[in-house]
Amino acid sequence: MTGLAWRKAKNGIMTLMMAGFTLALLIPLVLIFVHIVRMGFSSISFDFFTQIPKPTGEAGGGMANGIFGSAILIALAGALGIPVGVFGAIYLSEYGGNRIANFIRFAADVLSGIPSIITGMVAYTLLVVPFKGFSALAGACALSLIMIPIVLRTTEEQLKLVPTSLREAALALGVPLWRTTLKVTLRSAMKGVMTGILLAVARIAGETAPLLFTALGNQFWSRKLTEPMAAMPLQIFNFAISPYEDWHRLAWAGALVLVTLMFALSLTARYFGREKRYNP
Amino acid sequence: MDTKVKLDKLNVYFGQNHAVKAVTMDFRANSVTAIIGPSGCGKSTVLRSINRMHDLTPGARVTGSVVFDEMDIYDRGIDPVLIRRKIGMVFQKPNPFPAMSIYDNVIAGYRLNGRIARSEADEIVESSLQRVALWDEVKDRLRANSMELSGGQQQRLCIARTIAVKPEVILMDEPASALDPISTLKIEELIEELKEKYTIIIVTHNMQQAARVSDVTAFFYMGDLIECGETKKIFTTPDRKQTEDYITGRFG
Repeated sequence: MTGLAWRKAKNGIMTLMMAGFTLALLIPLVLIFVHIVRMGFSSISFDFFTQIPKPTGEAGGGMANGIFGSAILIALAGALGIPVGVFGAIYLSEYGGNRIANFIRFAADVLSGIPSIITGMVAYTLLVVPFKGFSALAGACALSLIMIPIVLRTTEEQLKLVPTSLREAALALGVPLWRTTLKVTLRSAMKGVMTGILLAVARIAGETAPLLFTALGNQFWSRKLTEPMAAMPLQIFNFAISPYEDWHRLAWAGALVLVTLMFALSLTARYFGREKRYNP
Repeated sequence: MDTKVKLDKLNVYFGQNHAVKAVTMDFRANSVTAIIGPSGCGKSTVLRSINRMHDLTPGARVTGSVVFDEMDIYDRGIDPVLIRRKIGMVFQKPNPFPAMSIYDNVIAGYRLNGRIARSEADEIVESSLQRVALWDEVKDRLRANSMELSGGQQQRLCIARTIAVKPEVILMDEPASALDPISTLKIEELIEELKEKYTIIIVTHNMQQAARVSDVTAFFYMGDLIECGETKKIFTTPDRKQTEDYITGRFG
């Protein structure tokens, strides 16, 4: 073989190998999705979104209470976690001294690495035991603990991307630093910040472990935040480990809805993140 | 003529680096003072200390005083925000707010600080754009995004934004160095007109520009003020050998 032919052959082999590994990466995702669609699609009906689970043996029923509960838990967790994450990031990027900021960054990284079951245990110890009862509030607190480091770090990265020249432009006009930060820096970074928040929401929407002994879950409509509340991942978990065929079907349908939701959130986040950024 | 800004033994440090060394000089009211010198000589650093832009640079430290209208702007109890409304700044690269329209950019100094009546805003926008000779070019598209303007137009927009808040001193940090020759000429003509109303301090790399636009020129080298005097004298019969060498292009 001549040198050129050999070089071309090597190139071909390498390209094939990379294509193969890419395929290997895609296969599990496709398998999961196809399987969930196959198992869950037939069980999705109007009832699934409007009814609460029926007792075993009765046909039909849905996960309306779980969908509702998940929405409430996510909204509450966001209300707690997003302000802490965003304002913490503003502190890190715009105000923080080096040593404290580095410590907070380190703490956030450790926090995001903690297994979510541990987060649930912490919420259980601090919020469930003292108040003598499982509650949606405790669940939301556990979820917000997972959210905070994600929102904090992505927001900080986005704020750092805002060119200094914009901050200086505002400051030189006699605008105080806090107004500059809110109205110029944060506003310029808003798209990226929203992307980070959406990704954090997608992450907590599927979390089960932190809810197991905080929100606990139930089988009926619950509107009180101080009482146990149903959530989709919890219902999927409970139905999947039950011995009943009906409940298994509901679990598959729930899995399909949850995965679709996360898929949609990720796509939305990507869409926002893709928009062109101004580079001076 | 009156002195508008006075530096007295001004020192600026960045960490261990002594960037500006005991500089004492006066800036005359209603005239243009050019600060020239090779890269890294501290000329931008001097400029930025005149409206306390170093306050936000980690590790920067300023000693000595900058006296503006009899008031030391580094005194305790002086609000740097109010100082910056009196002493505006134009930067090297045009930096209009990218998300804002032309109109909103001009009025940004007011809007970012609170509300302003529509009629008053209209008036400020028109008169500011008139002053920088941009009004005729943009009056039909005030709502267009500021990034649609050319570089030279953007820089004039930034100057309009600066004079909209009615400063008394305008600091310019190489305002034309990112622009083409025609835009540069327009900015220079503008500086000539603006000095009737404002005190202008301009940092420039371009010695011809300093000679064209300024009344007084200060030459900096390695953080020291080497020489300061009437522009004509500096460029024809400087007192110091270093100044002469720099101006004749022997170094820097």
